[in-house]
Amino acid sequence: MLDKVLFYFFAGIAVASAALMVTRRNVVHSAIFLITALLATAGIFLQLRAEFLFIVQIILYVGGIMVLFVFVIMLVNLDVALQQIQFARQKWVALIVALALAGQIGVMFWTSGKMPGQGLPVLTAVAANRLPLNSEAVAKNLFDSYLLPFEIASVLLLVAMIGAVVMAKKRA
Amino acid sequence: MNAALQATLEFWKLYWAPLLCGVAVVAILPLIVGYIVLVERKIMADMQARLGPMRVGPHGLLQPIADAVKLLIKEDIIPENADKLVFWLAPVLSVGAGLLSLAGLAIGPAFQIAEDVNIGILFVVGISALGIFGIVLGGWASNSHYSLMGALRSSAQLVSYETAAGMALVSALLFTGSLNIKSIVEAQSKEGIWFVLLAPAAFFTYLVASIAETNRAPFDLPEAESELVAGYMTEFSGFRWSLYFLAEYTNMIVVASVATTLFLGGWLRPFSGVSWLNFLDFAPPLLLIAIGAYCVLRVTKQPTRVQQLFMLAVAGLCFVVALVLAAPVVLPVIKPSLREALAPFYAGIHGGFWFIFKVSLYIYFFMWLRFTMPRYRFDQLMRLGWHFLIPLSIINVLLVGVALIVGAYFHLQGWGLLLVTTPAAILALVAAFLILAVEKQHDARQDQTAASDFYAG
Amino acid sequence: MLPIEHYLFLSLALFIIGVIGVVTRRNVIVVLMSIELILNAVNINLVAFSRLYGDVAGQVFALFIIADAAAEAAVGLGIIIAFFRNRETVLADEMDLLKW
Repeated sequence: MLDKVLFYFFAGIAVASAALMVTRRNVVHSAIFLITALLATAGIFLQLRAEFLFIVQIILYVGGIMVLFVFVIMLVNLDVALQQIQFARQKWVALIVALALAGQIGVMFWTSGKMPGQGLPVLTAVAANRLPLNSEAVAKNLFDSYLLPFEIASVLLLVAMIGAVVMAKKRA
Repeated sequence: MNAALQATLEFWKLYWAPLLCGVAVVAILPLIVGYIVLVERKIMADMQARLGPMRVGPHGLLQPIADAVKLLIKEDIIPENADKLVFWLAPVLSVGAGLLSLAGLAIGPAFQIAEDVNIGILFVVGISALGIFGIVLGGWASNSHYSLMGALRSSAQLVSYETAAGMALVSALLFTGSLNIKSIVEAQSKEGIWFVLLAPAAFFTYLVASIAETNRAPFDLPEAESELVAGYMTEFSGFRWSLYFLAEYTNMIVVASVATTLFLGGWLRPFSGVSWLNFLDFAPPLLLIAIGAYCVLRVTKQPTRVQQLFMLAVAGLCFVVALVLAAPVVLPVIKPSLREALAPFYAGIHGGFWFIFKVSLYIYFFMWLRFTMPRYRFDQLMRLGWHFLIPLSIINVLLVGVALIVGAYFHLQGWGLLLVTTPAAILALVAAFLILAVEKQHDARQDQTAASDFYAG
Repeated sequence: MLPIEHYLFLSLALFIIGVIGVVTRRNVIVVLMSIELILNAVNINLVAFSRLYGDVAGQVFALFIIADAAAEAAVGLGIIIAFFRNRETVLADEMDLLKW
C-alpha cells in the first residue's frame, strides 16, 4: 500500500514536472522543473530499494550537473533569450515522432504479451527485507564484475573534463 | 476503504517516533540557531573587547527571542520585477534541505530520526548540498545584479569545494568500509583512535571545504558586504531573510555533525576504550555544575529582580542537566549491581553530551576563524580550491589507500596504524604544496588578465 | 514493488517528453536538459528490472549512465559557453556556421 502511494506520488511529480520543463518559456523555470523531475526519480529509486543510486542521483545529478546547468544559464544572457520564440517550427515533427515511438512500444507490449515466454516477466520481486545491503552490493558488483567498464568510465570522465576546459577556456 | 485505513494505522504505528522527532527538530531548531547567533555575537564582542548584547535579559540571554519577534513582524517586501514563485520557493528550499539532512544524523546511539540508513553519511551530505539551489535561485529571482553575482559566486564556490569535501569523506570512509553512521562511530570505537588522527589531511580538507560550503568567513564571498551589499540575500527581508539565516546556521550544524561523526569520534568520549581514564565520565556533570554555580554567584550582580530570577532559572537548568548526566555514572559507583541496567542510559545521555560538545567546538572554531581572518578574493578562493584542496584530497585518498594496504600487510591496528597513515598524510601535504607552488609560478608568468576571472565580476 | 509495467510506462512517458523537448525547443540548454531527462528515463527501467530480478547489475549500469550524463553535460555546457562567447546566442537554429 505504502509502496503504491509512494510510486504514484513520485511518478506523478516526475511526469508533471517533465512536461512543465519542456513547455516553460523561461529557462530557469525549466531547470527547476528538471530538478523536481530528477528528485522524483530519485524517490522512485528509493521506492525500488536502490538507496545508493538514490543518493548518487541526488549528489551527482541534482547537486552536480544541475548546479552546472543553472550556473551556465545564469552566465549566458537570459533577458535577450526571453524575447525570442522558444519553439522551433517542428511541433508536428515532434508530435509524429512521439506518437510513433509510443505506438511502437505499445505494439511491442501488445504483441509480446501473446507469445509464450516472450512477454514481460510476471515473476514477483524478491521481498524487500531479503535484499542484500544496497551500497555494499553495488560496490561489489562495480569493482568486481564491472571493473573494466568502471575504468573506461573514468577515462571518459577525464576526456570530458579536459574537453570542457578546452572549450570554455578564453582564447589568450 | 477499510484497507486504506488499515494501512494508514500501520504506517503510524511504525513511524510515529521518527515523525515526532522530526517535528521536535523543526520546532526546536530555530531556538537553537537563535542561541548560536547570540553566542557568536558574544564571542565576537569578547574578541573585540566589547560586551555584546546586554539589554534583553541578563547578559542578553533573551536577545534571540527579541530578534525573532523583530524579524517576524517586519514587512515582507517582494521586489517589483522579481520572479514571484521562485522568490517564494528559494528560502524554503534552502531551509528544507538543511532540516531534511538532519534526519540522517545520530546524536548519540539512541537519538536518530532515520535509523540504520544504509547510505547514512552520504544522505546527510547529499541532501544538505541541495541547499545551494535555494541560494542560486533566490539570487536569480531577486532580479538584482548584486544578488545574481552572489548566486553565481555561491554556485561556483560550492561546485569547487564539494569535490574536495567528498574526497575527504572518502579517505575517512576507507577506514570503516561502511556508510552507516552507527558503523562509522563503532569502527572508531573498535580502533580506539579517532579518524582525525588517522586521516589528518582529510580532516583539514574537510574543515576548509566545509567553511567554504557554508559560505562562512573567510570564504563568505557570496554575501560579502563590502562588495555585494548582502549577496544573494540583498532583496530578502523579514521572514524570508530569517529563513536564509536559519538555513545557514542549520548547514553549519550539519557540516559540524558530519565532521564530528566521521573524524572526531561521534558520540564517543575521548579515549573511551582506556579504562583508567573512566573518571572522564564525571567531567560533563562537573562542568555543568560549575556553570550553574557561576550563574548563582552572578545573581547578586543583576540590576533588577526579574533578571535575578532569570539567572537563578538558568542556574537551575544547569543543575538539572548535571543531575541527569550524573545519574548514570554516580549510581553504579554507589551500587555496582546497577551498572548493567544503566548502560543504555549512560550511552544515550553521555553520547549526546559528547556529540553536542564536539559539534559546539567545531562551530566555535568557525566563529574564531571568522573574527580572525580577512576575506579572500574570489580568484584566491578558486585557486585554493582547485590548485590546493582538490589535488590534496585526491592524493590523500590514494595514499591513505596505500597506507591501509601496507598496514594490513603488517597487521597494524588502532594506534599502530599511525605508523603508516602519518607518512601518507605528510606526503600528501607536501605533494599538494608542490602543486600549489608550480601553479603559482605558472600564474605569475601569465599576464594579469588571467587572474581576474570572469566569475569574479 | 509494483508490477513492472508501472515503471516501464513511467519511463516511457519521461522518455517521450524528453524526445519532444529535444525536437521542439530552440534553446540549446533546454535541449541538453531534455537529453538528461531521456537518460534518466532509461535509468528507471534499469533499476526496475534490477529490483525485479534481485540483481544489482542494473543499478551499476545506471551508475555508468549517470557518469555518462555528467560527461555529456560538462562538454555540452562547455560548447554552449564557447558558442555564446562568439555568437551571443544559445538558440539552436542560429548555430549555422557549418552551413554554406
